[in-house]
Amino acid sequence: MASLELINIRKRYGELDILKGIDIAVDAGEFLVLVGPSGCGKSTLLNMIAGLDTVSEGEIRIGGRRVNDLHPSERDIAMVFQSYALYPNMSVRQNIAFGMEMRKVPKHEREQGVQEVAKTLQIDHLLDRRPAQLSGGQRQRVAMGRALVRKPRIFLFDEPLSNLDAQLRVDMRTEIKRLHQRLSATIVYVTHDQIEAMTLATRIAVMRAGELLQLGSPAEIYNRPANTFVAGFMGSPRMNLIPSMLKSDADGMHLEIAADGADPARISLRKVPDAARPYVGRQITAGLRPEAISDKLDASGVDGRPVIDALVEVTEPTGPDTLAVLMVGGREITARLQPDSALKAGQRGRFAIDLSKLVWFDPASGARVA
Amino acid sequence: MVKGSRDRGARFVIYGLLLFFAAIYVLPLIVMLLTSLKPLPEIYSGSIIALPHEWTVKPWIDAWGETCVGLSCHGIKGYFWNSTKMTVAAVIISTAIGMLNGYVLTKWRFKGADLLFGLILFGCFIPFQIVLIPMATLLGKLGIASSTPGLVLVHVVYGLAFTTLYFRNYYVAFPDELIRAAMIDGAKFFDIFFRILVPNSAPIVVVTVIWQFTNIWNDFLFGASFSTGESAPMTVALNNVVNTSTGEREYNVHMAAAVIAALPTLLVYIVGGRYFVRGLMTGSVKG
Repeated sequence: MASLELINIRKRYGELDILKGIDIAVDAGEFLVLVGPSGCGKSTLLNMIAGLDTVSEGEIRIGGRRVNDLHPSERDIAMVFQSYALYPNMSVRQNIAFGMEMRKVPKHEREQGVQEVAKTLQIDHLLDRRPAQLSGGQRQRVAMGRALVRKPRIFLFDEPLSNLDAQLRVDMRTEIKRLHQRLSATIVYVTHDQIEAMTLATRIAVMRAGELLQLGSPAEIYNRPANTFVAGFMGSPRMNLIPSMLKSDADGMHLEIAADGADPARISLRKVPDAARPYVGRQITAGLRPEAISDKLDASGVDGRPVIDALVEVTEPTGPDTLAVLMVGGREITARLQPDSALKAGQRGRFAIDLSKLVWFDPASGARVA
Repeated sequence: MVKGSRDRGARFVIYGLLLFFAAIYVLPLIVMLLTSLKPLPEIYSGSIIALPHEWTVKPWIDAWGETCVGLSCHGIKGYFWNSTKMTVAAVIISTAIGMLNGYVLTKWRFKGADLLFGLILFGCFIPFQIVLIPMATLLGKLGIASSTPGLVLVHVVYGLAFTTLYFRNYYVAFPDELIRAAMIDGAKFFDIFFRILVPNSAPIVVVTVIWQFTNIWNDFLFGASFSTGESAPMTVALNNVVNTSTGEREYNVHMAAAVIAALPTLLVYIVGGRYFVRGLMTGSVKG
């Protein structure tokens, strides 16, 4: 049974459509990440699930039960806020127990719940402190403790890591993932950080301007993006979206990349998916991840992969690998090279292209063709 | 070196000026205190800033329990308690209602909340004199004219605009996420108010209490208009002591009575003063 169902959810403020019909169903134990640029409606959607915002149209079901008109405290959810929202006048213990106190849970049960959660999150030594006396990471843990102690059907996270510094963010990310695995809880998580989305999610919903663009596993979103927006949004550095011409001649099929006035570059294709065939002789957008272009040219590596010759514009060593901007047919294309690559800016080099991950987009609509 | 000595010169001028003006401000208070501690003949013969030859606290005792206010001669103590009762009750009630108003206007926003707040704000600009006659009619109809409860009502009504303004502006900067977290935790309207908002309102409560206390304690117009005889507040009684038309003018007793009348507000400032500036800042800058 689905743990959370969103059925044709709409949100209007007067004439303004904030959400334009969102359909998502999530099974128990799934980790759903809502991701998109600011203003895409992801936080509004989360607030609607929490009951902090009203639903203009559509239905929200939690555990099969319609919750549209239920008070937030009756929806069997718990939420972790971006600012943590710890009550400044209460100790950590009181913060965690406040929900139970409101539900009139007997005192010894409350204390038991607090102890249990504090042990899980390793904050048992902080219970008598005030939020102001805690570090960012500790506050984050307390906020999660307050959610955990409720044992809800669904956890809601609203950009919980965005206030932490880079190192702590990575640590807490791992912590949240571990927590999810141990509790096998259902989580809905809002972020604008595509790396958080990729690393945490079992399913990702990419949103833009109140619309759900794609719902799928991280691998699906990464390898088979529904359109050029999803392709460009997920992954860092971005997927190369190369305007090209699909041509067929005596040598077989090939892609021709040519910006105005530049010498065209040709990439020969061994096979072209059927769905892309109508584009022969026309413009098409080729989507290629940077890691599909490499400077590994040893005998086994090339293995029938087309090789192009290109000018290196910029190199950016990141440590684990080196990013390079190549000029191919007058277009800038990012490639992920080996960390010890000897190529320097201004040099020409030869690069092998892995076409197995190539995706095709219609240049007009941006939708994936194949 | 040159710069250092010029700085010192500038500092000397600044401190000199500050001391000069501080002396001007404090001089009336010194004159009052000195006069209140002198016997009457000395006042008639000596300079007003000379130290007393013969120190005495009799004027203070007279002012508190003996001096004539209008026709009765039992001192100002009864009126002091009138003012205390009136001020404490009016401050507590107006602050509490202002808090609740601020809470509703910021955290339970409804259609027209801003318009309503604008109208309440308007109340801050209504001069005292305009409401005198309608207020007199109202107090008469309620049967609490010329009584301390009547004055409490007047001050609560008049003070609400200010207390609402203070709390509304403070709560507007209070994070909404805390309210939302409390809602998810199952807290209801008054749970959120008493458990989350009120405990975090100390700075603005201090500001409001100081403001209300000083205004209500020092008020003369409402006190003179809506009270008679024994029910009058301190300020009105002080006026009756000083403006007496019979007998000798006991300046030392008048000064003692005036200082007694000013003491409670002074006390409130000393106790709450350091929060006052801080509170005003948090209320205005963040909002």
